Amino acid sequence: MVGLDLERAGQVSTEVQRVLRKLGVEPEVVRRAGIVCFEGEMNIVLYTPGGRIILLVYDDRVELIFSDQGPGIPDIELARQPGYSTAPDWARELGFGSGMGLPNMEANADRLEIRSRLGEGTVIRATFFRRRDEA
Amino acid sequence: MRLREVAELTGARFLSGEELADRAVGAAFAADLLSDVLAMVREEGVLLITGTVTAQVVRVAEVMNLAGVLFVRGKIPTKSTVEYAAAAGIPLLATPRTMYEACGILYTHGLPGAKRKPLPYEHDQLGSPPP
Repeated sequence: MVGLDLERAGQVSTEVQRVLRKLGVEPEVVRRAGIVCFEGEMNIVLYTPGGRIILLVYDDRVELIFSDQGPGIPDIELARQPGYSTAPDWARELGFGSGMGLPNMEANADRLEIRSRLGEGTVIRATFFRRRDEA
Repeated sequence: MRLREVAELTGARFLSGEELADRAVGAAFAADLLSDVLAMVREEGVLLITGTVTAQVVRVAEVMNLAGVLFVRGKIPTKSTVEYAAAAGIPLLATPRTMYEACGILYTHGLPGAKRKPLPYEHDQLGSPPP
């Protein structure tokens, strides 16, 4: 996907939800994965020249892997804090960039791993465990 | 409350999804900040009341499985956004009322606020939210 493409931002998330639903993945996982995907997608669109989102569906879990060629995150611990943001004004005017993205990804995923290298990019893996008995 | 009543009470018109006017709305959440909607709304079937008219509002409505979106302050999204919402089956309504007025009217007529997810560390600073 392409950075700064605001008209289409959000498209991947709805597509991911459609695919998960078609595969019969539990509704609560579909919802959480959709929210995490949207946040990750907006991060790629707002902060990087572009990146990829990979969806992996297993019997016991769903994984979303976000990788971008952006500037990287200098201090991941700081970025995980609610309200911490480096968003430019134009992102805030669109209703984003309030520093809730990574915290919200963390809140909705069962596991969130972040690897980032300054000047090279960021890779985030979100894991959702499927609790079939509750579906 | 049904979307039809939301429209009648706030003097709103349907931009899309009028065929879903009988859809039930269980609760409402009002915000211009989409990040807050994504982080705080935990129920499905919620009505979003907002003055933000970007294409992302409809995407958020889709991802969060909202009952519909009520745009306030006379704001209307672009034609392509409305068309996308119509195709995706997301009802969009628009009212000239301000957000405060629209919320007040709907609340007085029995539409409750959506339950909100607390923020991390919030309890430490503000205590528990009132029931």
